[in-house]
Amino acid sequence: MNFKHKFVFLFPGLFVLIGILIFPVIFTIRLSFSGWNSYTPEMNFIGITNYIRLFTDDPRFWESFFRLSFLSVTTVILQYVIGFSLALMVWRDIKFKRFFRVMFLIPMMTTPVIMTVIWRTFFHESLGPLNDILGFFGLGPKWLSDPATAKITVIIVEVWQWTPFMFLLLLAGLLSLPKEPFLAAAIDGASAFRKFVYVTFPLMAPISIGAIIIRLIEASKIMDTVFVLTSGGPGTATETSSFYIYIKGLREFQMGYAATLSFTYLVIMIISLTIIAKVLTKLMIKE
Amino acid sequence: MYKFYTILKYSFVTLWTMFVVAPFLWALSTSFKDFQSVNSKVTYIPWVDYQPSLEGWKVLIKSPAKGGVDIVEPYFNSIFVTCTASLISICLGTLAAYALSRFTFKAGFVKNNDITFFFISQRIMPPIVLSIPFFIFLSTIGLLDSLIGLVVVYIVLLMPIAVWIMVDFFNRVPKELDETALIDGCNPYQAFYKVVLPNSIPGLIVAGMFCIIFGWIDFFFAFILTFTEVQLLPVKVVALNSSVTPWWSLSASALVSVAPLIIVAFVVERFLSKGNLSGALK
Repeated sequence: MNFKHKFVFLFPGLFVLIGILIFPVIFTIRLSFSGWNSYTPEMNFIGITNYIRLFTDDPRFWESFFRLSFLSVTTVILQYVIGFSLALMVWRDIKFKRFFRVMFLIPMMTTPVIMTVIWRTFFHESLGPLNDILGFFGLGPKWLSDPATAKITVIIVEVWQWTPFMFLLLLAGLLSLPKEPFLAAAIDGASAFRKFVYVTFPLMAPISIGAIIIRLIEASKIMDTVFVLTSGGPGTATETSSFYIYIKGLREFQMGYAATLSFTYLVIMIISLTIIAKVLTKLMIKE
Repeated sequence: MYKFYTILKYSFVTLWTMFVVAPFLWALSTSFKDFQSVNSKVTYIPWVDYQPSLEGWKVLIKSPAKGGVDIVEPYFNSIFVTCTASLISICLGTLAAYALSRFTFKAGFVKNNDITFFFISQRIMPPIVLSIPFFIFLSTIGLLDSLIGLVVVYIVLLMPIAVWIMVDFFNRVPKELDETALIDGCNPYQAFYKVVLPNSIPGLIVAGMFCIIFGWIDFFFAFILTFTEVQLLPVKVVALNSSVTPWWSLSASALVSVAPLIIVAFVVERFLSKGNLSGALK
């Protein structure tokens, strides 16, 4: 008798999602085989010309892709280390526990682009407070106009924005851990460090993997921050894949080629995230 | 050793708190400045470093014709789109999550976990991939630059979150609960509506908060799919950025835009400290 009811529960959500998504996905695939641009805005068929162009004659896309990989992996590692440390520190005995917890959560609730606008004034090279303070020490890094420092600026903003998410997932995990293993470790007289290595960390491994993968998925979409902070600049120093596709598709109106980029990007994303998830699971859960 | 760790802990926690509040304090200070105090040299404290003015805050409610920013309409647009999309996502997502948690589905090699993964995997989709077809799709059916169009797109963004949180939550609600209800003569819908749902309120609140956060902070779709008729808050604030740095109104509007969700941080913390969140987030 459950047979029919279960579909009544599942289908509305499933079909709404598929209904909204099916057109864009099929359309992107079809568009990627066309030469749709501002001169010929039509769905012609030019075979795999776009794909040949992508794989043989577009180093800028691959550069932006490696830059994206570098940025997202770096930010997620930093977020994990800082987020885990913060979670451990406010997990148990600390004064003003709830105050610190609220503080650590706040950046996540704020709109990335809007905060990036503020950060942009913060990092301003002559009128921002950061260089004003660093000026006392005779420093004045070009936060936004130097290719190397611009990457660091993006990383700082991303870490500020999204460490709270990691913190939230990890703290929720810590709070749900069973008490017995810790009691046993305390009876054995284990030091704080050994307790962490042999009890806390292994117990947290599954939650850590989940949190890292969720953050990697979100970080692989870095776009808002870059868009406002540096517009991919200086030059192409902070251009990520999404931003490059945006320039090709919606600024230069090479829709066909942009669709090729999008589809390739999506496929690479799915494959690499699946591999990362598998590898992480192998590395962190040792049976 | 222990003392050393305590000192380290408190200094790290304090440093990070300062890092967290720094941009807010800077924005707050900037919002009371005028042209002179922004552009001459870097100033921090009102009355000491510069004479505060309310100009930045006043422009927010003036109409554009009078040189104002008019943030009121985008504000309500943002609230409407976020709430509608969250509500629809939560309703559909909760139903689907309930089905995925309680019943077994099998169609060929597709099983429950695959369907759940299908829902959640939609978060992998980079916004840029969807934005181009959505742009063409919505302009074909005449929903470009409209609230309805945005709501439709936001459902795709938010439903995966609702399903992700609710599946985990329902997996934790004991199955005996619905079984007892069924034995007592409820049909499956009544069992869900009268017994399971009232016991799932913490999960629903958490899912709702996450939907609202991720809906409220989205910028990219609003940026691509709307122009003049409908403007959402982030787009409006970022548009200020491109004109000749009126940092005071920029900071004021930024603060107003992020303020409502900071309350959510307090709610999340409350749930966290009571231990309700750990069940709903794993």
